Amino acid sequence: MTELLSSEPIRLLVFLVGIIAFVGLNAAYLSLLERKESAWFQVRLGPTEVGPWGLLQPIADGIKLAGKQIIIPDGVDKILFKLSPVMIILPAIMNFVTIPFSETIVARNIHLGLLMILSFTSFNVMGIMLGGWASRNKYSVISSARVVAQNVAYEIPMFLIVISLVMVTHTFDLRETVLLQSGGFWNWNLFNFGASPLMPVSCLMFLVCMLAETNRSPFDMMEAESELIAGAMTEYSGMGFGLFFISEYANILVGSCLLTILFLGGWNCPFGLFPGLHWFLIKMYCIIFVVIWIRWSFPRIQFYGLLNLSWKILIPLSLVHLLLTCVMVKIW
Amino acid sequence: MSIDAKTIQGETFVVNMGPQHPATHGVLRIKLTMDGEFIMNAEPVIGYSHRMQEKMAENRTYGQYFPNTGRIDYAGAMIYNFGYACTVERLAGVSVPERAEYIRVITSELSRIASHLLWFGPFIIDLGGLTPLLYSFDDREIVLDLLESVSGARLTHSYFRFGGVYNDIDDDFMAGCRTFIPRMRERLTMFRRLVTDNIIFRKRVEGIGMISPELCRKYGATGPVLRGSGINYDVRKNEPYSVYPLLDFDIPVFKECDSLARYNVRMEEMNQSLRIIGQALDKLPTGPVMAEKVPRNLKPPKGECYFNVEGARGSFGIRIISDGTEIPYRLKLRTPCFANLSLFEEASRGMLLADALALLGSLDLCIPDVDR
Repeated sequence: MTELLSSEPIRLLVFLVGIIAFVGLNAAYLSLLERKESAWFQVRLGPTEVGPWGLLQPIADGIKLAGKQIIIPDGVDKILFKLSPVMIILPAIMNFVTIPFSETIVARNIHLGLLMILSFTSFNVMGIMLGGWASRNKYSVISSARVVAQNVAYEIPMFLIVISLVMVTHTFDLRETVLLQSGGFWNWNLFNFGASPLMPVSCLMFLVCMLAETNRSPFDMMEAESELIAGAMTEYSGMGFGLFFISEYANILVGSCLLTILFLGGWNCPFGLFPGLHWFLIKMYCIIFVVIWIRWSFPRIQFYGLLNLSWKILIPLSLVHLLLTCVMVKIW
Repeated sequence: MSIDAKTIQGETFVVNMGPQHPATHGVLRIKLTMDGEFIMNAEPVIGYSHRMQEKMAENRTYGQYFPNTGRIDYAGAMIYNFGYACTVERLAGVSVPERAEYIRVITSELSRIASHLLWFGPFIIDLGGLTPLLYSFDDREIVLDLLESVSGARLTHSYFRFGGVYNDIDDDFMAGCRTFIPRMRERLTMFRRLVTDNIIFRKRVEGIGMISPELCRKYGATGPVLRGSGINYDVRKNEPYSVYPLLDFDIPVFKECDSLARYNVRMEEMNQSLRIIGQALDKLPTGPVMAEKVPRNLKPPKGECYFNVEGARGSFGIRIISDGTEIPYRLKLRTPCFANLSLFEEASRGMLLADALALLGSLDLCIPDVDR
């Protein structure tokens, strides 16, 4: 098996299929998890009809979406309208190329992997903006304008946090970042008080920025169902909408993977025993559970409240964190 | 955050919100003239569920019109029954036995709680929180079961009759009410802890959606909208009817004028309704529930009568002009939602879209009640 994988074309094929299957299956079953979880919070049952415990529901949904006619309304910019779902889904999948799931499972370890992920995550804004713009629907245009302002506002604190972290780890290589945290949970960056006393706070800020970057509630300005119907996705039907939907979950996946790698020690066990893929997945799904939990517990915040939170709280705080890290790095 | 509408000189565009927009709760359509996300002007377009309720009254007997009253404001149907029954009784000089009066008060207050619960969940949905809806519907289900057991209908009750009520209440209903009161109190505390004290929720409603007392007076707003603006006016206290003067309850008034004040008024009103139900159950006398010798085809003497009751959304008034036949000559409905909606155009000017929708939700509109 390992010998087979060492041949480059086969390795490429295996990882290509693997990543697409991973994203696709996760998108499908995270939608089921989301529905089940929301049902638990709302004293309901959730999907129960299709398959045992509703397990086949995502497949039924997928078939339904794929079978739907794709309607392109009159007067839209046809090229951009068709292009934008692709522009959203592709960068989301690209991110997985450099994410190390365990010490050996990584499609292509790049020295500047972190930088690559950050640049591809910002790309997804463009897809949403163009999709909304091309739809020629007033609600979509409002949504596009919101998305741009929101993502610009939240990328800054996110980058500042990542920069502070890179100052500690001295590497953009994600695999190396995890290896530096090996051992027990006291070695994780989350508890790296030696680097900056604000480390847990910065982890929390990273989570908030990640929610905003992926347009999840309470920052779902893009969808804002009760205000903008479905925002930029209003005019999309069938698989066009499906791609938006998958990319939303793919982005959550990328965000949780990044949080796991940067702060929670990646595939390392909290007690230094049996490190491996399973620990990575456990941590990742715990974060996803929290993300969904937040969505079903909080109302949406206002748009200016969202910008105020970024410019008045997160950016100053992350700057303080950056300065503190500078000082600490100089001292030790 | 809002701006003065006159200061903006930029390009504006018109957004057609509704009649199928998720936030308009029914078939309300609002023509928004917007500059970016600021609302320059919001023009409500009504009439999508106009059913000629007033004209319908002119070609059927007094008794035949009864079911219609439950369909004007279907969320608080029992109270509208109450208003119509009282108006016709006053016009025809029919007296109601005391037991029936108490039953009327109990069922009306239950209906008020059901209506406020139906507002509570969707209001939080307007703000983007999807979970409380199911909790409020859980409680509303109990109220609807209770009302179904006496009236036979879950939504459009037609339980009252001229001179009393259709059926006496039974022990099951009384026991159900008694267990519901402590349960609902507990739930209200839970709602307070989970929703009212939530920081995002407070940021969405505190100091936003101001409706001044002058604005309320100008457009004739009543009910929780008026009481949220600091004016102590409730028909049950100011023009008492039925057995309300014999019961001890408070009228919650909040002076802040914002969306949170209107929210607080309704939450506190549910508490007061529970108090009223508890007292009415204790004081419930024995006796008949229908007045004797009320003719099936009521022919009130020539004359006219106006009577209003405190509906779940404000003062609901009916004016009936009788020409001595069994069919009303004219029936005029004064519904609270129409007045409450009218002030939206002026109150929402210069607000952001999201805030204006929170304001719209806090008005608690029932569109069939606006259009009737």
